[in-house]
Amino acid sequence: MGKTIIEKILQNHSEQKVEPGKIVWIDIDIRTARDFGGPNVVKNLEKYYPDTEIPDKSNAFFTFDTVVPAKTIPYANSQQICRDFAKKHGLKVYDVNAGIGTHILMEKGFALPGKTLVGTDSHFNILGAVGAFGQGMGDQDIAFAFITGRNWFEVPETIKINLKGTFSYPTTGKDLVLYILRKIGSKGVLGKSVEYYGECLKDFSFSEVVTLSSMTTEMGGIIAYPHPNENVKDWLKEHTGETPEFIYADEDAKYLDEMEIDVSNLKPQIAAPPKPDNVFDVEKLKGQKVDSVFVGSCTNGRIEDMRLVADIIKGKKIADDVMLRVVPTTSEVYGQMLSEGLIKVLYNAGAVVSNPGCGGCANGQIGMTGKGEVQISTGNRNFTGKQGYGDTYLASPVTAARAALKGSL
Amino acid sequence: MQKDVILNGRIWLITNDKGELINDIDTDMIFHNQYLTITDLDEMGQYTFDNLEGWKDFADKALKDDIIVVGDNFGAGSSRQQAVDCFKSLAVQAIIAKSFGAIYKRNAINSGLPILVLDSIDLNNIENREMVEFDLENGETDHNAINIEPFSKVQMDIYQAGNLFAYGKNIK
Repeated sequence: MGKTIIEKILQNHSEQKVEPGKIVWIDIDIRTARDFGGPNVVKNLEKYYPDTEIPDKSNAFFTFDTVVPAKTIPYANSQQICRDFAKKHGLKVYDVNAGIGTHILMEKGFALPGKTLVGTDSHFNILGAVGAFGQGMGDQDIAFAFITGRNWFEVPETIKINLKGTFSYPTTGKDLVLYILRKIGSKGVLGKSVEYYGECLKDFSFSEVVTLSSMTTEMGGIIAYPHPNENVKDWLKEHTGETPEFIYADEDAKYLDEMEIDVSNLKPQIAAPPKPDNVFDVEKLKGQKVDSVFVGSCTNGRIEDMRLVADIIKGKKIADDVMLRVVPTTSEVYGQMLSEGLIKVLYNAGAVVSNPGCGGCANGQIGMTGKGEVQISTGNRNFTGKQGYGDTYLASPVTAARAALKGSL
Repeated sequence: MQKDVILNGRIWLITNDKGELINDIDTDMIFHNQYLTITDLDEMGQYTFDNLEGWKDFADKALKDDIIVVGDNFGAGSSRQQAVDCFKSLAVQAIIAKSFGAIYKRNAINSGLPILVLDSIDLNNIENREMVEFDLENGETDHNAINIEPFSKVQMDIYQAGNLFAYGKNIK
């Protein structure tokens, strides 16, 4: 019987026979921890594995991305605990200047098709964009993986989603993923793996593929594999110097379910508070006032997203009383923005541009919202209180940039 | 020594103002990201549900060995272990949900905190603070308004070992 993508990847990393629903032990290629969760990983390692060498050191490291640089003493202490441990054990740290861990794994060529990677970040499934298996985990799981190089997994069943039809600008990958959330909800693929197929994926930028993969978390899914297009293959080749070898599902692979979602001429979508699946056509909320706009996050902070925003605001000014805050995903993206002149465009329009990191999503460096504040965010979650007491709407970089200019939707 | 597979505890039905079990309680409602620098288990309990409307005083009300009952997709959101550990800190004995977020499920199983999937519940015939007995092995209860699914094998093995680390040492 044929296998789905996740089944093949897990089978390549297990001595046991991989079947959906079965619990198997998987070898993990790359183990990471970030500044959220990292100190507890260290604590667990020191408690349960005192004086134990970390094996396979070149494939275990720390990535700081949530509160960078540390804005309070407790955060500074947390990061220093990780740094000291890393130094003692000879592990690499991608420090506060680097950017979001998952994106660094892709840029540095650690996340490649077929690889298995874990970290203390629930959006590790972003790595499905490059055909890898990424799993976010808690600090006990990660500590265990640091030492043993493996962990247990319940092999997820796979749902195949066929996207029918095409759409074009101003509708983007973010609008597509919000629309899928609208259709299937926050538990739509709970505990499942997803494979996406469809004509609309062919022209997606690398960033749009990342966006689509990343919001699998908000659908309750384990991971999603958008069928890889030329842009993704080119991006990987550019970053690694090698032609990527993607793993594809067998023709006779067995799916739990097969869905078709019609996305023909899809219009821009927006998730209203308090949940990512509370989605409407942007049109329907026309006139909604906006106080602040956040562009960034692991979902929408890559160079393609920044270009979309800069194209819209170039030569214009952000509306009075609106604050536009921009956070590139990684140092690489920041560098591209500098060399392409995007930071100047943003500066001239009146935006705040910060160093790379998680930005608005993680009690981070770009600020929180106050009670009554209405924020448009290109991030992935708008749960009550997550980014402060204001109301957060999730939208594409295009919708966000337009709202920043207009002061309303 | 084998741990007891029968749990007895007073239940908290985590309901909204309509009396329904709350769905999609995410990790920022359970343990908000502003407290993530806390690594000491004893300090975590006080912030449990501190961002969950209607239940912000839960930490004051919860007693040792209580069992909480929630809706679908409990623990959606981030990978933070503290969202599990805060209940251990309060000595909450078990969490029963219609379904769990995937990472939350791993974190709870790995730390040996019993989590159980609700098979059915009749909210008209069960009340807060009732004492209920749950059998982790066969899924039986002593209350006809609530039914659960038994532990999976890996869950029972890790629970009996204490946590993932102890379990991992046994299987090598």
